[in-house]
Amino acid sequence: MIPDDLRYTKEHEWVRIDGDQATIGITEFAQDELGDVVFVELPPAGSRIDANAVFGTVESVKAVSDLFMPLTGEVLEVNTALVDAPERVNEDPYGDAWMIRIRIGDVSELDALLSSEDYGRFIAAGGSES
Amino acid sequence: MRYIPASDADRRAMLSEIGKNSVRQLFDSIPDTLQLGRPLDIPHARDEWSLLEYFERLAGLNRRHAVSFLGAGVYPHRIPAIVDDLVSRSEFYTAYTPYQPEIAQGTLQAIFEFQTYMAQLTGMDAANASLYDGSTALAEGVLMAHRITGRKRFLCARSVHPEYRMVVETYSKRLGLSLETVGFLDNGRVDTEDLGGRVDDDVAAVVVQSPNVFGTIEDTFALAEPAHRHGALLVVNIAEAASLGVLKGPGMTDTASRRADIVVGEAQSFGVPMSFGGPHVGFVATGRERVRQLPGRLVGEGRDRDGNRAFVLTLAAREQHIRREKATSNICTNQSLCALMSTIHLAALGPAGLRDLALENVQKAAYVRRRIASETPHRILFDGARFNEFVVRLDDFEGTWERLLAEGVVAGLPLVRWFPELEDALLVCVTEQHSMEHVDRLLKGLAA
Amino acid sequence: MTRRDRVARHASLNERLVFEKGSPGRRGSDLSAADFPRRELSELIDDELVRDSIDGMPSLAESEVVRHFTRLSDWNYHVDLGLYPLGSCTMKYNPKVNEKIARMDGFADLHPYLPESLVQGALEVQKRLEECLAEITGMDRVTLQPAAGAHGELTGLMMVRAYHESRGRGRRSILVPDSAHGTNPASARIAGYEAVHVPSNAKGTLDLDALDRLTNPDVAGIMVTNPNTLGIFEGEIARIAERMHAIGALVYMDGANMNAMMGVARPGDFGVDVLHLNLHKTFSTPHGGGGPGAGPVAVKDALAPFLPAPLIERDGDGRCRLDDERPESIGRVKAFHGQFGMHSRALAYILACGPNGLREASETAVLNAAYVRSKLEGAYHLAYGAPTLHEVVFSDRFQAAHGVHVMDIAKRLIDYGFHPPTIAFPLVVRGAIMIEPTETESREELDAFIDAMLKIARECETDPDRVRSAPHTTRVGRVDEAEAARKPVLRWRPPAGPAAN
Ligand SMILES: Cc1ncc(COP(=O)(O)O)c(C=O)c1O
Repeated sequence: MIPDDLRYTKEHEWVRIDGDQATIGITEFAQDELGDVVFVELPPAGSRIDANAVFGTVESVKAVSDLFMPLTGEVLEVNTALVDAPERVNEDPYGDAWMIRIRIGDVSELDALLSSEDYGRFIAAGGSES
Repeated sequence: MRYIPASDADRRAMLSEIGKNSVRQLFDSIPDTLQLGRPLDIPHARDEWSLLEYFERLAGLNRRHAVSFLGAGVYPHRIPAIVDDLVSRSEFYTAYTPYQPEIAQGTLQAIFEFQTYMAQLTGMDAANASLYDGSTALAEGVLMAHRITGRKRFLCARSVHPEYRMVVETYSKRLGLSLETVGFLDNGRVDTEDLGGRVDDDVAAVVVQSPNVFGTIEDTFALAEPAHRHGALLVVNIAEAASLGVLKGPGMTDTASRRADIVVGEAQSFGVPMSFGGPHVGFVATGRERVRQLPGRLVGEGRDRDGNRAFVLTLAAREQHIRREKATSNICTNQSLCALMSTIHLAALGPAGLRDLALENVQKAAYVRRRIASETPHRILFDGARFNEFVVRLDDFEGTWERLLAEGVVAGLPLVRWFPELEDALLVCVTEQHSMEHVDRLLKGLAA
Repeated sequence: MTRRDRVARHASLNERLVFEKGSPGRRGSDLSAADFPRRELSELIDDELVRDSIDGMPSLAESEVVRHFTRLSDWNYHVDLGLYPLGSCTMKYNPKVNEKIARMDGFADLHPYLPESLVQGALEVQKRLEECLAEITGMDRVTLQPAAGAHGELTGLMMVRAYHESRGRGRRSILVPDSAHGTNPASARIAGYEAVHVPSNAKGTLDLDALDRLTNPDVAGIMVTNPNTLGIFEGEIARIAERMHAIGALVYMDGANMNAMMGVARPGDFGVDVLHLNLHKTFSTPHGGGGPGAGPVAVKDALAPFLPAPLIERDGDGRCRLDDERPESIGRVKAFHGQFGMHSRALAYILACGPNGLREASETAVLNAAYVRSKLEGAYHLAYGAPTLHEVVFSDRFQAAHGVHVMDIAKRLIDYGFHPPTIAFPLVVRGAIMIEPTETESREELDAFIDAMLKIARECETDPDRVRSAPHTTRVGRVDEAEAARKPVLRWRPPAGPAAN
């Protein structure tokens, strides 16, 4: 359930790197923790957002979670389909439910992302830092 | 104690089943030094009958036989017997917040009906499930406008109920919001010129009340335009909701620039007893695109797993139990039962009854006002249109006030407590509840 | 038999919205217009401000209105029907005589702006209630203005801020334990503070070391719930208060759980500076399907100058007056005099109980909770082993192993005739099942509840699908909350034509 062609964060985002661009979404683990997703709020295309800053929120029936930028970058494209069909986050977190596509602003930040093995170990240990 | 079923024998049996010797042992986790170790110093227990006697005596100290023409945010309206009868059903009043929709459809559907009535009356798309009262609803409306615009400056009409303004002030000053006041004209309405000159691109919202604290009806549609020109919102407060039986709701226009953005208010006029000022029922209503910014609970329509219509608390991620410090409000317990009172009253009134009620208020207040103008030496202030309240400046305030009081008539509310320039002015409220005999007593006292 | 077959056709089971009922021309209320000369409406109010009709508002006869709401009422669970063990909510019996008292002539029809001389009885009710609450909590002064618990929190925290500001510096943050109710951090924010979370320790109480690490001169105070939301008494409360006071910070207590210790212990005796009470929990005023409640705030003398204005003062001759001359007051938090209708009920409760009755209430509440705890321990996972008072928190850990979660257990309990406990709170327990039976339940009722909980625990092993598909006995089946939130429908609209206002 943890695709090995992606990179990850401890905030449970996944990142697909494609040249100087990256696609970002939330992981299977994250959607399962949230439960039925009912609302997704994403930034407008064109925004520049720093790494670790909040770029949106995901709401479920019982929880709400901020989305943190894994990398600094400019938002190129936003998956607006999620506004009308937030349930896709539960159904296909690594595919249909990608959230934003960005132009990577600082490649040196890539080093801080987790590999699929590291992320797997992280969630096996509970999936939180405290 | 009659409310506690456990007998001594029950207690002993339960203690022995859980392996304890005494009730005291159950409190071992409270350090001895922190235990009270003496009986509370409060009056000894009363039986039901002496309790009733005690409260009857106190209720009797309140001069309920005085004829009062007080309004100013709390309105004496008639309440049909069915309201109290229905809200006295245990099924309603001894239930908790409807967290388990399968066994709370009664409460949920009734709140959904309340939300619909408030939306219809105000002309807005959606209203919430209630807030504490009109004054806190106005404060919440102001915080909501701040969230939406990100701006911190508010222009608030002085003719907004002063106690409401004080509450807004209390809420807003700790968040760094500033509240500037806008004056009123001779007709009692907001000084639009002053307002127009002061709205700019820093202003989060213009805040007005209609009918305002002098009873004067504002043209909220005209007030929306200067606000909107600068990207500010219009927040309208409605303290006398019965006025919506005859007046357009602030959302009732097809021209977006003339529509209020947030309408808050107090629905006490619909079926809720005055009860010395509370509990009453606040509400907040807004446009479709802003429902996620609403404070407080919302009931939505949905389906159960068999596809039947069912109601359920919804958009809960706005609220404190989920969003905690980022919630749109800290409110949890609201005024559900009072909202039910209003819903029942509105259902009983229907469109015809509501209109009759509103017209009776308009006509009777206008009639009393005319008579005061023609039959007494006192002067009517503010000539703008009104619903059921007006202001009269008394000739010889002390003498007139005392004379009326001695006759058992509380002629209105002296406005000087809030408006130093309105010395000797009295805010008079006349509703369907006042009989012609009450009116004659008032006039006789005023004329003498 | 499927659910659908069981749904009868009768309207009492399928009551539509009030907006879908009635027929134009019916009336549920009439008003005999008084006899006085009238004017044309257009002479009194500008035409463009007058509405023509009230679109979509239904017309029903009085009898139909009664049927409608009676039918709706029939779909509610309520405390007069049975045990309502919502943890943290204190769903105790609501004495009937209190309802009668609140409705007395002279209380229900009283206008708040009547001259003081005409409302002495109402002021006496409030003053007497204030005095009783001060004694019960061990505090000095009380304001009755706040409308509910959360409103009390906000009021109290604003006073904390005013206190610090009067000493030159408002400070920045409030420490809030991670087990706190959501209203605590939300109130802190509206009071202009940052809520800093304090982790609980393995015993489920405040961690003194963590507290020390988080303590600094920017901390304005701490919000402690005591007993906390796990039902555990914060035994170190006096030490916590000392440490806070040592840095000039204050202790706010969320008094939602006061039902655990009336007549046994008083917050004022363990270092608390300010607290709120929930009259709709501890003091038996009804919850009304979600409100109204009342949230008086009690303070020590040092905070009294900042109480909301006005306060009720008793003059030498015993008469009460409203004192508005409070220059350091935080201002008003609500118009008029608070939720008076709740004040009269709460005072009636206190006077019916007296000192012994209040203590008996707390003792029995704690005994009942301990009894339930001992009977369910083993079948359900006890979140923390520490001794508990008026409530106990289990988790769904054992049942989750069978794929059954707390929500399923809650829904199944409905089939057994009980309202479920509080679930999913406090957040420090995953799959929390928070049970507060209160003192007004008999042993038989507790046994029936325990029996149902044990049966469900067994069903989770033997027939988990039955639990997961519960409830099976209610008018509507499990409601799809996700779908309702994705496409929110917050009001009725007429079926045909464009959206009307
Ligand atoms: C522990 C605790 N604190 C605060 C509150 C908030 O009280 P209220 O709902 O009266 O605003 C509640 C109850 O809802 C509670 O359980």
